Amino acid sequence: MEIIILILSGILFATAIYNLLQKQLLRIVIGTALLSHGAHLFILTMGKLKTGQPPILTEGVSDYTDPLPQALILTSIVISFGVTSLLLVLAYRTTQENKTDNMEQLRGKANE
Amino acid sequence: MIFAVLIPLLVACFIPTLSKAKNKIHTGIFTFFVPFFIFLYFIRLVGKDFTPIRQTYNWIPSLGINLDFYLDGLSLLFVLLISGIGSLVVLYSIFYLDKKERLGHFYVYLLLFMTAMFGVVLSDNVFVLYTFWELTSISSFLLIGYWHFKERSRYGALKSMLITIFGGLSMFGGFILLSVITGSTSIQEMISQTDVILSSNYLPLILALILLGAFTKSAQFPFHIWLPDAMEAPTPVSAYLHSATMVKAGIFLIARFSPIFSGYEGFFITVSLVGIVTLCWGSYMAVRQTDLKAILAFSTISQLGMIMAMLGFGTPAAVFAAVFHILNHATFKGSLFMIAGIIDHETGTRDIRKLGGLFTLLPISATLAIFGTFSMAGVPFPFLNGFYSKELFFEATLDLESASLLAELIPYLAILGSIFTFVYSMYFFFGVFTGPKKLNQLPKKPHEAPVGMLLSPIILVLGVILIGLFPNMVNAPFIQHAAEAVNSNAEYHKIGFWHGWDFTPLHMSLIVVALGIVLFLTRKKWSGVYKVLPGKLSFNRVYDGLVNKLDTYSAGITNSYMTGSLKLYMSLILATMIIVTTGFMLLTDGFTISSNNLADITIIEVSIVIIMVAAAIATIFTKHNMAALLILGVVGYGVALLFVIYRAPDIALTQFVVETITVALFILCFYHLPKLRKTDDSSGSKTLNAVLAIGFGAMMTLIGISAYSTNWFDSISDYFLKTSYKLGGGDNVVNVILVDMRGLDTLFEIAVLGIAALAIFSLIKLKKNKEAE
Repeated sequence: MEIIILILSGILFATAIYNLLQKQLLRIVIGTALLSHGAHLFILTMGKLKTGQPPILTEGVSDYTDPLPQALILTSIVISFGVTSLLLVLAYRTTQENKTDNMEQLRGKANE
Repeated sequence: MIFAVLIPLLVACFIPTLSKAKNKIHTGIFTFFVPFFIFLYFIRLVGKDFTPIRQTYNWIPSLGINLDFYLDGLSLLFVLLISGIGSLVVLYSIFYLDKKERLGHFYVYLLLFMTAMFGVVLSDNVFVLYTFWELTSISSFLLIGYWHFKERSRYGALKSMLITIFGGLSMFGGFILLSVITGSTSIQEMISQTDVILSSNYLPLILALILLGAFTKSAQFPFHIWLPDAMEAPTPVSAYLHSATMVKAGIFLIARFSPIFSGYEGFFITVSLVGIVTLCWGSYMAVRQTDLKAILAFSTISQLGMIMAMLGFGTPAAVFAAVFHILNHATFKGSLFMIAGIIDHETGTRDIRKLGGLFTLLPISATLAIFGTFSMAGVPFPFLNGFYSKELFFEATLDLESASLLAELIPYLAILGSIFTFVYSMYFFFGVFTGPKKLNQLPKKPHEAPVGMLLSPIILVLGVILIGLFPNMVNAPFIQHAAEAVNSNAEYHKIGFWHGWDFTPLHMSLIVVALGIVLFLTRKKWSGVYKVLPGKLSFNRVYDGLVNKLDTYSAGITNSYMTGSLKLYMSLILATMIIVTTGFMLLTDGFTISSNNLADITIIEVSIVIIMVAAAIATIFTKHNMAALLILGVVGYGVALLFVIYRAPDIALTQFVVETITVALFILCFYHLPKLRKTDDSSGSKTLNAVLAIGFGAMMTLIGISAYSTNWFDSISDYFLKTSYKLGGGDNVVNVILVDMRGLDTLFEIAVLGIAALAIFSLIKLKKNKEAE
């Protein structure tokens, strides 16, 4: 199963990169979101899938899944959420100020 | 000895204060005493029983870099030249430079240069030598660009800087190699380890690097091009730096290292060949010049070539002649530069075509010029020192130890170079002082220079005559020791004027004089030869082309990839990442796959995965904002579902919440953002994007699989599970890790979120344009 999940995150990475390489700002934001999903799945897989109970201590259970990757992912989810939302607002403002959402046209002013 | 190096530097610190009084006293008067006292200090060491002196001051002992000073005959000769000619040049500059000039700057640079030059010739430590060496380049740069408002001065300064620093850095490389091979930084220690160096595999490289340094500094072919352009400097600078001292630093370097290299055939071939070619080319080109200082510049080049060639021969007689000529050249060339400066000063031009018939107007300068030019030409009169060294040079060319073809050719080339030397020397003298007077062409009405200005050239010309009349007076106590320092076999060599009619060097001298007179008189008839050679073959052109091309090409390269397109940068970053990572994996055979430790495959998981894959791929093709939003939601919730299945309740919860908020945010923004469009990329660009994307995805998958398959260590999570309740007081291990065991991560994650919120707030609220209204 791990291999399938890794392939899935590979596909997520690939589609994310393809979106990042587009000219439209919105596609780049979508790409970023996909990239973070891919990375989270990747981290989770590295900590082995489904080898025990959820890491909440219960009487009589000795086999738990690895809690450390989960803690890492939790941190990462929050951070990527912050970044994605900032990026979205940035895209919104950029489009509003410059009247374009095409990356190729966003090249600064001549006197800068 | 250290004070010789330090006093000019110290005085230089006080020059700006002293020059405040410039309206009363010329700053040069203070400066004059510095080299003069150093000269007096060192002159007392001259004598038959001179022994080398060594002194050491700690600088960086841990690196073996100390201020080691070593004064032997060779250093003494140079120290006396630097301080002696230095005092004369300062004396001359007092009358040459007007008080309106920025004298403070001038004398600070000059004293800095003196310090550097003393350092170069006295250092025994190669790295200290290099330090002072670069200081000479820098101070020379400052002095050439002294009249910085002139474009030619800046050009000349930059050119000399680029060429000499290039050589200096090469030399530094050579020094590093030498010090690594011998395990010492002291030159004397290196000389004692000559066998080690000569048997090293790096010998050709070391020699080439050090010679590059010496050739560029001493303006040897083809690096001579900076010297004529350095003539934009004030004349005292040209006289001092570009005839007597700095350009001899390369000569000094070769002389200093010749005990090591002289046993090596490559040294003989390179140094003699470059020297003799420089001699011929410099003297040939000097005849063509019309500017007095340019003639002297090419003359300096050719004379340096001659000295260099003699050092290359390496025979005791040649070394003796070389050292003798260093002294002679400094005397007559210094005086000639000063005379050129006087002519410039008194007539307002240095163009030889406008000058003529000045003998009666400038009688003293003219008399001095006779001695200078005739000595330079090597005319056989017993009162000219140039003749002795020229004859010794011819003698040295005749008994070379090497049996190569080069050794056969050298005497003929020497005669050729000397003929042209004769021609330009005569041209210099007769062109300026005889012939018709062209007073109407001169900017100023010429009259004899003030006594003070004539004082220095008079002293130098007296030196020419005294050495000419009594060559053995300087020989035994002085030249002898210097020659011994270069070649230990250089025995005492009595210089005589007359060796009889059957003395071959005399025949050579007579051939030179005879052919020289013929060529000088028919000069106008053969001057067309310069259209053929050099014609368009000019090293300045090569240099300018090189500098321009370097500019254009580096700008071209930068512009080719710094286009301002983020997409291109992203592609380059990704391509590098893919190539380096997969390349490394392939090289180290890094890919492994193992089926141990794998979880079972269930249908529900596989169907979630398939849905997610479909959704992810659909993001690329979707054209509608809402559709994109839904698809993204599908991926996000799919990830959350996987978290549920893989026993991660906390992240599943967070993922659901965050995904919902993100979707909400997207909805908010989509309302304002332009519609998603179909990409207008060309198909080639699309393919490239696809290749990069698939390559990156595949690479990450492969890394993941091999990382998972190679399980080196057990997880540290057992500790977290065991101590979560005991130490953290909680059952939920993930939460205990987040707030207790790794609480710092959480703190800064909160900070990130806070910063993002603030940034979003300010992005929306603060509008610069509206504020302006």
